[in-house]
Amino acid sequence: MREGGRPSTLIIGVGNRDRGDDGVGPIAVDRLVAKGIPAVEHSHDGAALIDVWEGCDRVILLDAMRSGAQPGTVRRFDASGERLPKGAFAVSSHLFGPVEAVETARALGRLPSNLIVFGIEGGSYGFGDPLSPAVQEAMHDLIDRIIKELTNSHER
Amino acid sequence: MTKSKTRTIKVGALARVEGEGALYVRIRGQEVTDVQFQIYEPPRFFEALLQGRMFAEAPDITARICGICPIAYMMGASHAMEDALRIEVTGVLRDLRRLIYCGEWIESHVLHAAMLHAPDFLGMQDAFEIARGHPDVVTKALSLKKLGNEILEAVGGRAVHPVNLKVGGFYKAPSRTAIRALVEPLKEAVDSALYLTRAFAAFDFPDYNYDYQFVSMRHPDEYAIHEGRIISSHGLDIPPSAFLEHFREEHVKHSTALQGMTTDGERYLVGPLARYSNNFDQLSDLAKEAARDAGLGPVCTNPFQSIVVRMVEVLYACQEALRLAEAYEEPDASCVEVVAGAGEGHGCTEAPRGICYHTYRLDDDGRILGATIIPPTSQNQRQIENDVLGVVQANMDMADSDLQWRCEQTIRNYDPCISCSTHFLNLTVDRA
Repeated sequence: MREGGRPSTLIIGVGNRDRGDDGVGPIAVDRLVAKGIPAVEHSHDGAALIDVWEGCDRVILLDAMRSGAQPGTVRRFDASGERLPKGAFAVSSHLFGPVEAVETARALGRLPSNLIVFGIEGGSYGFGDPLSPAVQEAMHDLIDRIIKELTNSHER
Repeated sequence: MTKSKTRTIKVGALARVEGEGALYVRIRGQEVTDVQFQIYEPPRFFEALLQGRMFAEAPDITARICGICPIAYMMGASHAMEDALRIEVTGVLRDLRRLIYCGEWIESHVLHAAMLHAPDFLGMQDAFEIARGHPDVVTKALSLKKLGNEILEAVGGRAVHPVNLKVGGFYKAPSRTAIRALVEPLKEAVDSALYLTRAFAAFDFPDYNYDYQFVSMRHPDEYAIHEGRIISSHGLDIPPSAFLEHFREEHVKHSTALQGMTTDGERYLVGPLARYSNNFDQLSDLAKEAARDAGLGPVCTNPFQSIVVRMVEVLYACQEALRLAEAYEEPDASCVEVVAGAGEGHGCTEAPRGICYHTYRLDDDGRILGATIIPPTSQNQRQIENDVLGVVQANMDMADSDLQWRCEQTIRNYDPCISCSTHFLNLTVDRA
């Protein structure tokens, strides 16, 4: 995908499939790809994200969130305009998580000009567990919102 | 702060370490009465799930113990199997193994030193604040980390949990072009590593020294990374096969990771400080010079200076990777032929955090009957607790919040990989 014509929007799903709701990002990527929408999974440390979105103007980042909201709550952040809430994305043992990557990139001037982050509130993060029912239910809403996001960007 | 009372310092979930753990410190009057480095992450029973699997599966299964240092596990498992099946991997294949291991050292050390540990010395709460104050440091660190990944990709097929390593060598030898492509970036990396070594040398290091029992590998011809004997600063010199005659593990109530010690029950230290102090004479001239300029002697007993030692090792690893990449020619065969059979084997390599020991027993078909893996953070737990005790005792008059900061900084001296050792950190200082 990187070589032959990059999509105008890069969608990145962050997380670990083997830690319950932390897998929501990668599993959303599967759903998008099945619909023919290009998206990539990122399960390596956050610092490498800065390289992943290098050269992309528009990026949508999907990650599990632990902000204290109801599990399954989907929140949209315009990270190109606002700082991400500290702590909300500190899920599992990300060493240098997406928030650190976004804020580091902002300080270095390496942030995509348009970066939307969807945070999906997780409920459980057990080893080898599937998505919790609340997050599974939120998946439809998440995919719809991503598709709307893409449609809106094409209309611009 | 009344001095006769009891103080408790608690860190509920230690940040900027890999895995889930906590710290509890109890102070009664002017005495530290208890320090517990608590690891509560559930164990993952890798050793048990290896039983019944074929010898050839061990490198790929054990790689999953850690996303930061998979090479250490793959190589330890491969060496142990090669020892059991009496084969030797030499020449270009051995060089490729050293090259990919250099990549892992670069990636792991730079992430920890620049992104996770440096904020402690700069009075920063978050890893990303450093990018605002010191963009040059972070830019160079990110480029070094990226290069570490590229080495893993070029030799190992991908950066996380590489797929190209096997018992006996590699599934496919990388092309000359792919390896030579690393040469120019590596030349630049040597300069970046030198820059970061100098930048970190200017930090204000807490005054704390300890007479450590340094345990590391040593190789007759090179700064030991993936091969050698196990030595200590107290005179030990043994082959990896004798590891369990000199070291053991014990269960303590507050940790799901077994704690390592010598068979005499002594604590010891593994990792960059131990390697550097045991093998300084084998570093490159440039690395030695950079270390001296950074204010380090040939032996380093201040654990807070480990951040500089890590960068000296990164400098060395970049030079070593450059040398290996420049000399690389494609081998005739990508691996040594391995015939399955019975045996017992031992492997030990220098993971970025210190020696990582593996031993396996195989049945006649080469099926694993038993496995023992002793990762570096397990071995360092007692020394970490002792360092925290020493640091708290030496800074008794500090306010709890400052003391907590210093305790977390002390733990990060070790770049602890809690996930590996059992597999987040919380801190409690109990003074009342």
